[in-house]
Amino acid sequence: MVKAGYLVLSALCAVLFTAPAAPAATEIICSSTTSTENSGLFGHILPMFEKKTSIKVKVVARGTGAAIEMGKRGDADVAFVHAKEQELKAVQEGFFVNRHDVMYNDFVIIGPPDDHAKIKGMKSAAEAFKKISGSALFVSRGDNSGTNTKELSIWKKLGIEPKGQKWYLEVGQGMEKTQRIANEKRAYTLTDRGTWLATKDKDKLEMVIVLEGDPVLFNQYGIMAVNREKHKHAKYKEAMEFVNWIISMEGQQAIGSFKDKNGNQLFIPNAK
Amino acid sequence: MTSILDGFVQAFSLILHLDAELLGIIFLSLKVSGSALVVASLLGLPLSLLLGFKRFPLKGLCISILNTFMGLPPVVVGLLVYLLLSRSGPLGFMALLYTPIAMIIAQTILAFPIVSSLSHSAIVSVDPIIKQASLTLGATPLQVSLAVIREARYGIVAGIMAAFGRVMAEVGAILIVGGNIAGFTRVMTTTIALETDKGNFELALALGIILLAISLVINAALHFIQKRGMIGVTQ
Repeated sequence: MVKAGYLVLSALCAVLFTAPAAPAATEIICSSTTSTENSGLFGHILPMFEKKTSIKVKVVARGTGAAIEMGKRGDADVAFVHAKEQELKAVQEGFFVNRHDVMYNDFVIIGPPDDHAKIKGMKSAAEAFKKISGSALFVSRGDNSGTNTKELSIWKKLGIEPKGQKWYLEVGQGMEKTQRIANEKRAYTLTDRGTWLATKDKDKLEMVIVLEGDPVLFNQYGIMAVNREKHKHAKYKEAMEFVNWIISMEGQQAIGSFKDKNGNQLFIPNAK
Repeated sequence: MTSILDGFVQAFSLILHLDAELLGIIFLSLKVSGSALVVASLLGLPLSLLLGFKRFPLKGLCISILNTFMGLPPVVVGLLVYLLLSRSGPLGFMALLYTPIAMIIAQTILAFPIVSSLSHSAIVSVDPIIKQASLTLGATPLQVSLAVIREARYGIVAGIMAAFGRVMAEVGAILIVGGNIAGFTRVMTTTIALETDKGNFELALALGIILLAISLVINAALHFIQKRGMIGVTQ
């Protein structure tokens, strides 16, 4: 019986140490954000690109801040994120090249149905933020993501320092978890329309959109390749093939044809 | 409450209709954690023998450090391994970040102190007569070591089981160094974290139940080997 045990163990070891099959095609790493990965966009468009070019795109989803940092450190070949100012800054610093607008959706402010801070009917996101501060709870992503960056830029413009205030909850989590926390706390939060549409029914959120349509809430996504001058190993050629495909007619149509489970179009292509 | 029940229902239906993607995820979990465990044992057992047999300065401190490292937070190990393997880090040239190897390295670091420390405890509690008797009978140092390991194996296997439990359940380190890339570095725990993020609670719970079931089977198998081994000796 002991022998049988060793046999099982050695068989297990044999299985464990078999080398994985060699990669058949070139692979690139795309650092991106939770909103593109979790919404299912990549699942929709990547098979089309991979079929056409036989380049495999491996997506690592982080907040926008972390995704850009990955590219800066040379741990990704291409970044697909949504914080235009941060992106342009990283390009200026020489970490990335060939940045392009890809698509957009917009941010909305959501809150409890009773809207106890009386935001509905307001037009300006900044004024809404001002009204919420102090009179209701506000849940912040607090994770340097694109959404968080947008939110902080609004507070900054108002000259309000929300950090450390009693009504301001920094949760440090993804968009969907942040929405759920806001739901539990009867609080307000800033979310992207894509995540909101995709999750409000599934997560049984008792929340409504209280403000939308302010141009300041425009959420632009961009793509950029890691600069091979900074990181020689970066697969620049393949990364540029991906970038060029995303902004081509074909890639743009692929993005436009993506619908969530409820048939909503989540991203509007706008590459030039 | 319905979510929890749905989780169990979905777990059973997932087990009944095992698809290739889920099998791949389960297989990768076992491969990463199993490899880490084997490497940690190969490194940890000799260290525990050294600590058990030899006298050297600061030995007590070494043991205390080892015991402290049993409580290493996975997310800290993940961050350290990430910084080491990152393209901008000292080992970046090896291009290991976001590969299963990186995950094995991180989990080996987590498993190593547990295997060494618990094996050390098992080895020092072996009756010293065994060692003396073997020496008297003219055993070489290697033979003495094997005799002691044989006596201590119940405790050693328990240490390996504890380490296995830790790495199979761990998500913080492998999420950082593996990147949770679909079909490549996505394992059971990172899938559970992702599905929870996505709000698919039932699916996440179902995966958790499957993970527990796998751990149960493996622990039962180890226990079986352990017990059989004991009978083999007493006879």
